[in-house]
Order: sequence, then C-alpha cells, then structure tokens
Amino acid sequence: MTDLYQKQRAMRAMRKAAMQRGVIAVLDVGSTKISCLILRFDGVNLNDESEGVGSIRGHSSFSVIGSATTASRGVGFGEVLSMREGERAIRTALQSAQKLANIRVDHVIACFSGGKPRSYGLAGEANVQNQVVSEQDIARVLSACDVPDYGDSREILHAQPVNFGLDDRSGLDDPRGQLGERLYTDVHMLTVDEKVIRDLAHCVKRCDLELAGVASSAYASAVSSLVEDEQELGAACIDIGGGATGVCVFLKKHMIYCDAVRLGGEHITRDVSMGLQVPIVTAERIKTINGGLFATGMDDRDMIEVRGDTGDWEHDRRLVSRTELIGIMRPRAEEILEEVRNHLDAAGFEHLPSQQIVLTGGSSLIPGLDGLASRILGQQVRLGRPLRIHRLPQAYSGPTCSSIVGLSLFAAHPQDEWWDFEMQPEGYPARSVKRAVRWFKENW
Amino acid sequence: MSQINSDRYAPFDPAPSLWSYRLLRLMLSPFLRRLIFYGIPVLLLIGVGLLNLTNEQRREQVLTAFNDLKMFVTERPEFMVNLMSLKGASVSVMQDIREVVPIDFPVSRFDLDLDHIRQIILGLGPVKDANVRVRSNGVLQVDVVERAPAFLWRRENGLEVLDETGIYVRTGASRLQHRDLPLIAGEGADSQVAQAQQLFEAAKPLRERLRGLVFIGERRWDVVLDNGQRLMLPEKNPVLALERLIAINQAEDLLERSVKVVDFRLQHRPTLQLRRRAMHEFKQTKLMQLGQIND
Repeated sequence: MTDLYQKQRAMRAMRKAAMQRGVIAVLDVGSTKISCLILRFDGVNLNDESEGVGSIRGHSSFSVIGSATTASRGVGFGEVLSMREGERAIRTALQSAQKLANIRVDHVIACFSGGKPRSYGLAGEANVQNQVVSEQDIARVLSACDVPDYGDSREILHAQPVNFGLDDRSGLDDPRGQLGERLYTDVHMLTVDEKVIRDLAHCVKRCDLELAGVASSAYASAVSSLVEDEQELGAACIDIGGGATGVCVFLKKHMIYCDAVRLGGEHITRDVSMGLQVPIVTAERIKTINGGLFATGMDDRDMIEVRGDTGDWEHDRRLVSRTELIGIMRPRAEEILEEVRNHLDAAGFEHLPSQQIVLTGGSSLIPGLDGLASRILGQQVRLGRPLRIHRLPQAYSGPTCSSIVGLSLFAAHPQDEWWDFEMQPEGYPARSVKRAVRWFKENW
Repeated sequence: MSQINSDRYAPFDPAPSLWSYRLLRLMLSPFLRRLIFYGIPVLLLIGVGLLNLTNEQRREQVLTAFNDLKMFVTERPEFMVNLMSLKGASVSVMQDIREVVPIDFPVSRFDLDLDHIRQIILGLGPVKDANVRVRSNGVLQVDVVERAPAFLWRRENGLEVLDETGIYVRTGASRLQHRDLPLIAGEGADSQVAQAQQLFEAAKPLRERLRGLVFIGERRWDVVLDNGQRLMLPEKNPVLALERLIAINQAEDLLERSVKVVDFRLQHRPTLQLRRRAMHEFKQTKLMQLGQIND
C-alpha cells in the first residue's frame, strides 16, 4: 500500500517535471493500434483559477505537436502479451511522433484497457481537527478509508474521492474551508493486474522514457466523449475497442464504476474469418467495408466478392451475400453488448438519474451498432466522438481515438487522486467492507 | 510457390532498431541539434577564414579585392562630381572660394565631406552663409550668401569694410570707393556697430555735414562734422544726447555758429568750445562791455 503510494507520487512528480518542460507524450496501448500524441503546454499555470473551471479547465493551454499511430504487435486484450514485439510497436509510435514533432520527449502518460479492472467503493470518516476543513483533514479522511483486500497481484490504478460529506450534508465537491465536525468521504478505487502495469512500464522504460502516469483507457474515453451534462447526470461510456470493451460510468462528474469486457472488434473479425474461411486481413477489410448488424431484403442481393490467395480459384472467387456477413457479425456484437449489460446491471446502472449510453471506440463505427445497443442496453444510446483539442489531426477526431484524446485531457488536468494528498502517518485502520457495500447500495 | 510468396506474408515490422531510436532521440536533444546545425558549421567557416588570412599574400589579395569592389561602386559615373557651381557670390569671392576649396574634379560623391567644405567656405570673410550640396547630374552646388557691407572702418593701417554686425568683409582701397558707406574710426569700433548704426540714424538731419563717428577710448562716441566740428557724446545714452543736441541745433542753429566742440559728456552740463577767432571776439566784446562799465 505504502509502496504504491510512493510509486504514484513519483509518477505525479514526473508529470510535474514534464509540465515544467512543457512537452509530454500520451500513449494509448490498444489491441489493434498504438497511438501516440505529443502535447506542448504553453506555460500556462494549470493551478490558475482563471484558466476555466470544471472539466474543461486547462484544456485551452496545450496543443498537439506530434502524432503517430501504428498497428499493434504483441498486444491483446489491452495488455502487452509479447514483451519484445510490444516494445517494438510502442517504440515505432513514439519514434514517429517525436520525429513529427521534431522534439525530444522524456515523459509519457499511458493508458490501456486490459488488466481486468475492478471497481471498489470505499468510505472513510474522520473528525475535523480545527472546525474548518483543511487539506490535512481530507488527507486524513482519505487514509481512514477501509481498503478491501483486492489481492496481492493487483495494483491500484485510480483512487479518486468522488464525494464528500460534512456532518449531515453530503454531495460536497470540495469541502475545504467549510465548517463541520465529522468528515465523510467516498472513494472510487480501480485495481488492475499488477503484471500489466509492470509490463507496460517495462516497455516504456526500454524506450528510454519515464512513465509519468497511467490511466484506464475506459476512463480516458469517457473523459473525452461524454459531454458535461452526461458526466453530471449519469452516463456510461462503452469504448468498444479491438481486444477489450471498456465500460465506464460517470455520475456527478466523477467516475464511479469502471470495468472491461474482454471482447472486442477483433473477435468479430475472427468470426468473419472463420465463417467465411478467409485470412484475418481479408476478414478485417470485409468487416470494415461491408459490415453491418441489421439485414434487410436488399442485403440478400448485395454480393460481396471474397478474395483469397490460396491458389484454389473456386475458393478465392466466392461471392458472399451481405446478409451472410451480418449473420456472422451480429451474434458476436450482441454478445459483447450483453456482456456490457451484465456489468452495468452489476453496477446498478439502472438506478442512475440519467441512463445515457455513449458508444465509442473503433467498433462503434459498425453500421447499426447504436440500434442494436438501444435494444440491449437501453433507449438512450448515442455514438460518441472525442472532444476537439487544439491542433489535433483530422485523422484523430473519430471515435477510434477517443481514448488517446481523453488521455490528453487527463494529462492536462488530472482528477485529484488519493495520492495527491499528503499521507497521514497514523496508517490505515482496518474497517469492514460493509460500509462500502452500503454506499454502493445507497447510491446505485 | 510458397517459397516465392513467403516474402509477401512475412510480417513487416516498421519498428526502428533500438540504436536507431536512440540516435534519433540523441539528435533531437536541443543542445546537440544546435551544435550540429549551427555551432559546428559556423566554427568551421570561421576557422577556414582565419586559416586563409594567416597568409600575408592572401590578406593583401583580399584587401585589394575589397578596395576594387569599393571603387567599382563609388567610381560609377552616377556617383561622380565633375564641377563646382557657385551662386550668390561676387567674382572676387568666387575666386577666393575656388582657391580655398581644394578639390580635384572629377571626384566621387562618397569622398566629398560636404560639411568640411562648408566650414572652409564659412571661414572666408565675405561669406555670411553657405549651402553645399551635390546636385543630381554631378554638380557640386555651392550657394553663398555674402555679407552686405555696412560700415567703413578707418584703422591705423588702412580701411576695412564691415557688415552690419561689425564683422570684417574686406579691405577697402580708398574712401572714394565706398562713398555710400558711413565711416567709423577708433579702436574697438567694430564691436559697437549696432550703436553706431543707431547714431547714424539719429544724425540724419546732419547728414550733409556728417563726416563720421569716432570711438574714443573704447567707450564713447564722437560725432565728427565738416569744418572740424566735433560733438562729444556721453557713454550712456549717446543716441538720446545726440537727439537733444540736434533739437538744440534746430532751435538755435548752434552748429552754424563758430563752435568747435560741443561737449555733451556730462548731460546736465553741456560745454561749448569756440573757435579761436570767435573766442577772441567774444573776449573783446566782454572787455568792451566791462570797459563801458569801467569807463
């Protein structure tokens, strides 16, 4: 626990150093592509109150000066599966981005979707020392949170205070300076497999860069594709990527739940490949060009030429109707969305005041996915695109890049985390998990 | 078949090798970039230049080439000055200017120091003001304003012509040549020409008889009339005194009488000095009057 705290604080210090240098790279390690953006901060003090408020604070102060995308190698389910290949892929992206930016970058903030993320709700309470709530009081109440036993091989990725209560008031955003006696807090904690972070850190280290922060890519996508009122009233961002689908629920502008389904667009491609007996590359092409989820009468007559390279003329010159293709793709898409539905049900998504579903990620480009999602997930479904950030290339404005854009926003203005406050020396009193469970039930 | 086509399916990896990646990052580090793209080339250029210049012959060559280039520009016909045009000067002054301004035409416009030429021309006595410039078609235009002669100053060693501010214009040959100029005399008279001018203005009623002014003891003026008559003016307010005297003269024809000197140095006590004969007659008359009384 203390070890992690020190590590995270070290990363925060690294991020601060990067801000002072004014240049930082953000890296999205996905299963299909690895993207890298290089951001330049124009010397704006991000702590300055005049630089906007709320979630757009500080966003005007940076611009993208370099960008690169490369196909992933050695990455699957949002995790680095083969170290050497993964490292080479990450190096490719970093090198092209640095070349384009014509600047050397030493710090990188990375995000990934794998590692079996799990959400925990923590609660803590402490007495306010001098009637007025100070930074120390918040630190104390945070360290008073009872941490559940999340396993030895897991590591905390995010631990964000999402709610503060003072005496009989709750729902406070920032209790500092308020009068009260007893301070409560609710913390959302996200853990992932330690190995995944370690592998990623190793790959980055092999590229001579320092890791200045890690984030969950589901969280990053939600930051960029949920609009402000969706974040406030409650919404789920479904980032359907290549190897994994991230689910992230926002309420009151805080992430309150995050999970990942280890299914994605690659599985659809694989199904197409198996069903049509074509290579993966061909299947991917057919899926992106002709893919769909709702068959109509027209699709029966819409014949797709399946090109192959086996040498067997009959096999290579087959014609497949689009209905057939849809018949292959749809069950897998339904499976993914049902899996998402299960996670949302487990999280108590139906209790949220607004149940907006935002689909983003590369696979959300499949025609008809929003229609399918509205049948499975709920009526309020829309396709999400990332926010525009300054000097972002046009190629990065689609839903495939929502997590890298969100990571840029996260780099510019990170959410306060547990380790941003000074740790109290008295340690962490063990408390029951019951409180956490009760808080979940109360809130969802 | 599979042997031939295997290359097409060989996974293509665009990843840079670790060392090429490190080299790129090294080349992107700001200090090294500046050193390689600016520092080393500049140092090389300077080094080669200096090495070349250590050779005496080479240095001379460079200097000659530089001078040739300079000549090539400055000696273009557009920049040459061929003659000097003088305006506003009398013939003698023109000759003087041509003598004192030592220019061998044709000369480049860049070699002319117009200010220096102007100073030289201003150093000449008769020149009040001069304007020196180079006109478009290679003419050095000198516009001269001469001093106007205002006074003739008689000194021990001859006559001098002064302008209205008392500055020497030229030497006068004889009084007859400058009949129109008022005559002044005495040491230091040139410093008081303004007052002299005022006195000449005031003495207009006496114009026919006026011969000139004499500055006495570098402090006061004497008005000299014909017949050797002399009006001695005070140091202070000589003009007022002269006007008073002229008023007396107009009322009583004082100067028509046998008066040799009218002494106005003490204003409250003007004194007359009679001519010898008049004095004698005056004495006789007085004696006669006394004798009558005595008789």
